[in-house]
Amino acid sequence: MQLDDLNAIAEKHRSSRKKIIVRTCMSAGCMSSQADVIKKNLEAEAKAQGLDADVEVRRVGCMGFCGQGPLVGVDENGQHGLWEFVKPEDAPAIIAALKGGECKVQRGDPKHPFFAKQMHIVRANGGIIDPERIEDYIAIGGYKALHHSLTELQPAQVVEEITKSGLRGRGGAGFPTGLKWGTVAKSPGAKKYIVCNGDEGDPGAFMDRSVLESDPHLVLEGMAIAAYAVGADQGYLYVRAEYPLAISRLQIAIKQAKQLGLLGAGVFETPFNFNVDIRIGAGAFVCGEETALMASVEGKRGTPRPRPPFPAASGLWGCPTLINNVETFANISAIINRGGAWYAGIGTEKSKGTKVFALTGKIKNNGLIEVPMGIPLRQIVMEMGGGAPDGRQVKSVQTGGPSGGCIPADYLDTPVDYESLTKLGSIMGSGGMVVMDDSTNMVEIAKFYMEFCMEESCGKCIPCRAGTVQMFNLLEKITQRKATARDLAKLEELCDMVKNTSLCGLGQTAPNPVVSTLKFFRKEYEELLQPDPFGPHSNGAAKPQAK
Amino acid sequence: MKIRLATVWLGGCAGCHMSFLDLDEFLIDLADAVDLVYSPVVDVKEFPENVDLCLIEGAVCNVDNLEILHKVRARSKVLVAFGDCAVTGNVPAMRNQFGIDNADNVLQRAYIENAQFNPVKPRQDGIVPALLERVLPVHEVVYVEHFLPGCPPPAARIKALVAQLLAGTEPKLEGTNLKFG
Amino acid sequence: MAAKTLTIDGKQISAEEGATVLQAATEAGIVIPTLCHLEGVYDVGACRLCIVEVTGTPKLLPACTTKVAEGMEIKTDSERLRKYRRMILELLFAERNHVCAVCVSNGHCELQTLAYSQGLDHVRYEYTFPKWKVDTTHNLFGMDHNRCVLCSRCVRVCWHIEGAGTKNVSGRGGKSQIITDLNQPWGEAESCTSCGKCVQSCPTGALFHKGSTVGEMERDRGKLEFIVTAREKKQWIATD
Repeated sequence: MQLDDLNAIAEKHRSSRKKIIVRTCMSAGCMSSQADVIKKNLEAEAKAQGLDADVEVRRVGCMGFCGQGPLVGVDENGQHGLWEFVKPEDAPAIIAALKGGECKVQRGDPKHPFFAKQMHIVRANGGIIDPERIEDYIAIGGYKALHHSLTELQPAQVVEEITKSGLRGRGGAGFPTGLKWGTVAKSPGAKKYIVCNGDEGDPGAFMDRSVLESDPHLVLEGMAIAAYAVGADQGYLYVRAEYPLAISRLQIAIKQAKQLGLLGAGVFETPFNFNVDIRIGAGAFVCGEETALMASVEGKRGTPRPRPPFPAASGLWGCPTLINNVETFANISAIINRGGAWYAGIGTEKSKGTKVFALTGKIKNNGLIEVPMGIPLRQIVMEMGGGAPDGRQVKSVQTGGPSGGCIPADYLDTPVDYESLTKLGSIMGSGGMVVMDDSTNMVEIAKFYMEFCMEESCGKCIPCRAGTVQMFNLLEKITQRKATARDLAKLEELCDMVKNTSLCGLGQTAPNPVVSTLKFFRKEYEELLQPDPFGPHSNGAAKPQAK
Repeated sequence: MKIRLATVWLGGCAGCHMSFLDLDEFLIDLADAVDLVYSPVVDVKEFPENVDLCLIEGAVCNVDNLEILHKVRARSKVLVAFGDCAVTGNVPAMRNQFGIDNADNVLQRAYIENAQFNPVKPRQDGIVPALLERVLPVHEVVYVEHFLPGCPPPAARIKALVAQLLAGTEPKLEGTNLKFG
Repeated sequence: MAAKTLTIDGKQISAEEGATVLQAATEAGIVIPTLCHLEGVYDVGACRLCIVEVTGTPKLLPACTTKVAEGMEIKTDSERLRKYRRMILELLFAERNHVCAVCVSNGHCELQTLAYSQGLDHVRYEYTFPKWKVDTTHNLFGMDHNRCVLCSRCVRVCWHIEGAGTKNVSGRGGKSQIITDLNQPWGEAESCTSCGKCVQSCPTGALFHKGSTVGEMERDRGKLEFIVTAREKKQWIATD
């Protein structure tokens, strides 16, 4: 495979394209509402109505507006249409509409703020290409960035470009990606590894699943470029077992890329070798933590270990290892194609580029969005999301999952970037954004996340294993109106201790939902507290009232 | 003015009180410094008002324990959880492991399954107090100022704490004086 | 090997490159409380009792897995560290059923010793009183999960000194437990060589010689160190 061959594939594919493309979302969300039957019916109907010469019914990945699914898009003469809440029996009408027929299916509005305010880098191909055909990816310019890197750039130049872009890790912590790549590149060692962290586990988050299901080659290309940049020849894609569709599409993608010589030995007929294997998680949230993930890849019990040493120095089997999140890798080819400077022009001073969010909860328009960093939270929640449904008010927005916090509605004008969210006691996290309305009890929310952390604690270190249990018990006591001010003080003390003494990020951030709800909604806790008739000041002189 | 001292015996084996009696000649010093106003070794039926210091042996196991403990807290200035049962729940609390029905199960085992004659669970309202769902250490029921662990706390350890309390200093036990068990 | 100079609790000390802060402190006569650490097997930094403050590092670091570095300034004993250590111990006591008065290890237990040496006089968290099993299927040893602190010392000893790989950890969070083979009763675990090293390694009364009663379970850790020293340094030295 050389550049000419790549261009030939792209050209052949483009020229064979039919006049009308009917795109059927076949991501997990729409698939759960019979998208596969819809596609089959659309194909049969196109044939039945004599349109099969002009119409291609294409399987595509996620279009983003998941709350309105199943979605079917139509491209004709540069015009784009969208059908929402499509049912299998709607196929005849949708095909008939291509000829001007009447169709009662709900029409979507591509100019709706939900779409209009988005900016697509990571999700550029989502809902457009067939994720199971590498030709589709090549036809829109796929693997050109890899070719450019291998043939025109030195590894150090690739790292420099990424550094220049200002890209930061999209897994949550926001570590500068270029710096990480540079560290791995400089780490001594003949054998190095690339790991893609696709163990997305935050409640309400499905950004990475969507990227993997909709555009697997984008992630593979990013990993390959990273491998070239740091000098690795083996990659592992760690995907949770709960994402079977993503896994099967990745398997197809890896096979196709190998067949075309885009992965494997001598990529693009250069000396660069790169193999990718999939490793499937077994359902533990903690395996999203990098050292636990690597233990799992090695076939061990998925528990974290203290850092340092960091994976960049000693990762898989003691070798230098670059580990990045799915979305981070999905940004790479665009940065190589369009330059680090272009990417650095998007976003804020310290948070560059775009971020994908899974907008869910008590909100009118829910789904996946990709927005430039720095966009005010209000625009996402009120304009794109349309605010809370049923005439209710937005009360709070939870970002960062069980490691994050609840941002009250008063702070909706906060720009969405790493620093601003941290300042509010929340985090960017991997991109879960759960909106809560004024019927939400914030203590219950804190309890929900604490229960999650308690269930998902690996059990290795004591503060997280036993501390989350006690914090959950105290929260339960509070919600059952059995707790006193002394219990609340104990809870706060535990939050501090678990944060500061836990071994890994899971425990260190587990108290965050409690801390942030206490910071902004303390009254809700205090209203549940009971008098303490036998407490510290109940002795001798001051006689308590018996219960 | 002598210090008004009380000792209370909740759910425990009385070993802590035995250890207290092991204070030997210190008991004579103690007698000069305190009035023992309520104790299993004193024939007073009602827990009095205005107690300065009360040592509580045993865990909170039944409704009677609970009732007197509330009274003790209301009428005493300083409480000491006296021995492991009071401090941790210890052996009496082992029944808690058997879940929500533990009280019934324990009675079943003791008075029915292991009975050689007349198997019947003791039950007499107003005389035999009902068991609590869970046995609790004293501080989970009322606020406790000081803790004197040990099963039982050796006499020297009791003396160390009581002497500091009588001297009016903020008592502090250290090292093996804090040993559970 | 190069030496590193560092300060621990205001005391200037030097330690070999590659040594851990715990090793350096121990050599200098500074005691840092530990629980999951065991001489002879690798450290995992799990119990968090040996956490120390390192100047310039915002996070508290476990002394057992942190390597010494030139110019390091370390505090092993501050009000904050003492408070956290006490809380960790309180959490352990509340987590399972540690009834010292009736335990085989009463008087010889590291958890018990840690509690009083750290000034723990009572546990403020509600005891959870879980129901755990006692495995007495092995003909020589018993395992009482009620007393287990999940330090994983027995697992490491089993894998890395004996090489049998019988013991492991299963489950997650508070439901984690030490298992033998694929969660078979210990007596049916075919890989167990009945060497008893796990029993020697246990800090509490969770692993015990059958037949021992309250307070009788004493251990001889010197045996483990003896084997490791013999294997690694070819020196056959008994420690006592």
